[in-house]
Amino acid sequence: MDTVPADASRPPVPAPPPAPSRIGRALADAWTITLRDLNHWALRPGAVVVGWLFPVMTVLMFGGLFGGAITTPGPGGYFEFLMPGMFALAMLFGLETTMMAVTTDAAKGVTDRFRSLPMSSSAVVLGRCAADMLNSVVGLVVLAGTGLLLGWSWHGGRGSALTALGLLLLLRFALLWVGIFIGLAASGPEAVTAVQILVWPVGFLSAVFVDPATMPAWLGAAAAWNPLSATAAAVRDLFGNPGFAGETWAAQHAELLAVAWPVLLTAVFLPLSVRRFRRLRS
Amino acid sequence: MTDAGSAITAHDVRKNYGGPAGGAGLNGFDLQVGKGSVCGLLGPNGAGKTTAVRILSTLLDMDAGRASVAGFDVRRQGRQVRERIGLVGQYAAVDEVLTGRQNLVMFGRLNRLPAAAAARRADELLERFSLAGAARRPASGYSGGMRRRLDLAASLIVSPPVLFVDEPTTGLDPAARQEVWTAVRELVDAGTTVLLTTQYLEEADRLADRVCVLAAGRVVAEGTPDELKSALGGDRIDLVLSGPEDTEAARAVAARIASGEPDVDRTAHRIGIPVAGRVRALIRLATELNEAGIEPEDLALRRPTLDEVFLHLTGGTPATGTAAGRADPADAVAAAAPQEASG
Ligand SMILES: Nc1ncnc2c1ncn2[C@@H]1O[C@H](COP(=O)(O)OP(=O)(O)O)[C@@H](O)[C@H]1O
Ligand SMILES: [Mg+2]
Repeated sequence: MDTVPADASRPPVPAPPPAPSRIGRALADAWTITLRDLNHWALRPGAVVVGWLFPVMTVLMFGGLFGGAITTPGPGGYFEFLMPGMFALAMLFGLETTMMAVTTDAAKGVTDRFRSLPMSSSAVVLGRCAADMLNSVVGLVVLAGTGLLLGWSWHGGRGSALTALGLLLLLRFALLWVGIFIGLAASGPEAVTAVQILVWPVGFLSAVFVDPATMPAWLGAAAAWNPLSATAAAVRDLFGNPGFAGETWAAQHAELLAVAWPVLLTAVFLPLSVRRFRRLRS
Repeated sequence: MTDAGSAITAHDVRKNYGGPAGGAGLNGFDLQVGKGSVCGLLGPNGAGKTTAVRILSTLLDMDAGRASVAGFDVRRQGRQVRERIGLVGQYAAVDEVLTGRQNLVMFGRLNRLPAAAAARRADELLERFSLAGAARRPASGYSGGMRRRLDLAASLIVSPPVLFVDEPTTGLDPAARQEVWTAVRELVDAGTTVLLTTQYLEEADRLADRVCVLAAGRVVAEGTPDELKSALGGDRIDLVLSGPEDTEAARAVAARIASGEPDVDRTAHRIGIPVAGRVRALIRLATELNEAGIEPEDLALRRPTLDEVFLHLTGGTPATGTAAGRADPADAVAAAAPQEASG
């Protein structure tokens, strides 16, 4: 019954199809990897949906619990203030998605399988990047929809709304590299748990929920310089949502920092991730 | 054998993982595997089997040495090597979320098959590895044997001329082990060069043309299973005593007759004696034991098992406890010298 088809196991390697350019191949491979993630979504919708709903839950929790107690600048209530911060925080939550995917692949040997194939070496990372960015875009849409239902709205033009979206995704892009780096450096799933916990102090120690000026001086300074604060403040401004007129240099240059921080993070963690990926060989 | 006729060669490959344990992965590893043959790399846990496979499949850099696969340098021509190998790692490396079919289609695409060809090839392989029924179920629900077969199928998408299989049946039940053996044997019959690592002699004996015994990061013996057996000095007599009191006296008797060092297992009161002349040695032993007033519980002549060969060459202490720990690697190398010379 188990007869071997003539072509099944006999070398030589079949003639490869007409070779497209290097970049073309890298993109084709990356798309295969992205497709793999989309298949994951379809086969295990629970995980990805929970990822999208978690920020929604956080909004409802903080809006409901603290909304009454926190005085917000400007009209429109707490949600008007909170939503832009939550968008930024949702980008930070995305770090877990990236890390989890990277550590799982490494632990299950899937990374090694990819590395043993004649595929483009950048495709694994490019595919991861595309899938995670797509995931975050959907997450942002879900979160924005929730915001609209709760009374949040954007007041600027379409251009500034798109700029705000761009800044959020830029932050996500930077955090992607942080996630890949930690995911590769991590020895096991404990590291993912550690990051899941650390996300919270980073989130709280920012201008996402409250004005840093109300914090003790040193915490306030840290919060003001938090990359999340910069993106949150810039996005508030672009959406025309109320924010704080912070005194610090960081608060006054939020737009600049909302670009500079992600660029800096990427500049540090992208090469580190590449190096780490290469180090898998040693 | 010359390098030209070899599908896999390694010369004095060294790899030290460093770190606090200072673990030496490979320590002067030499290997030549002829085209279309099956080499069994046999060694206990920690011998360096996985390290060797990972270096040869370009996943890991070596510290020193030279290696080539399918005629391409492992270090400098990694891409060409990767185009010609299949790797079945020690742990099944499939995407557990995806279905079996999705896994194969994905790996087919990554092997540069066009979409339609990848789908066709996936169905072919699913059929061939008896996975067609489970093709549309997530791999997480597969049994260990099914996952192994899916893993094997994923490595064969483009019919690589050289296949590395790292401990394919460790942890599998006998039925699943049989399934994997069948799959590997088919490949072998079809002419693929296979480097198979294993801890089981039975596996090496069944699947491999030649066996390389790996201990502490180097090949300590090489040859066909039969050659390895004769390296140990032919036949053996198993002497079982009724109690511990006669062990010393019996050992002294055995030593006079043995063609090599007898293995003494004091807990089981058993002495394994390598002998040259089969029945003559048995008669002499029986007579001398009788003269010494030792009444054996059992006395039997038999050929050495491959396990003994293995233990002898690697100097390991058996988990089951038959032979005493012995020979350091230098001894083992000496025992293996005739085989090594041919490599
Ligand atoms: N990543 C690693 N870091 C440090 N030491 C390692 C690593 N991998 C293997 N080793 C050590 O190298 C030796 C050989 O390991 P390995 O090649 O996995 O053996 P095998 O596959 O034969 O069980 C062992 O002593 C092991 O502890
Ligand atoms: Mg191993």
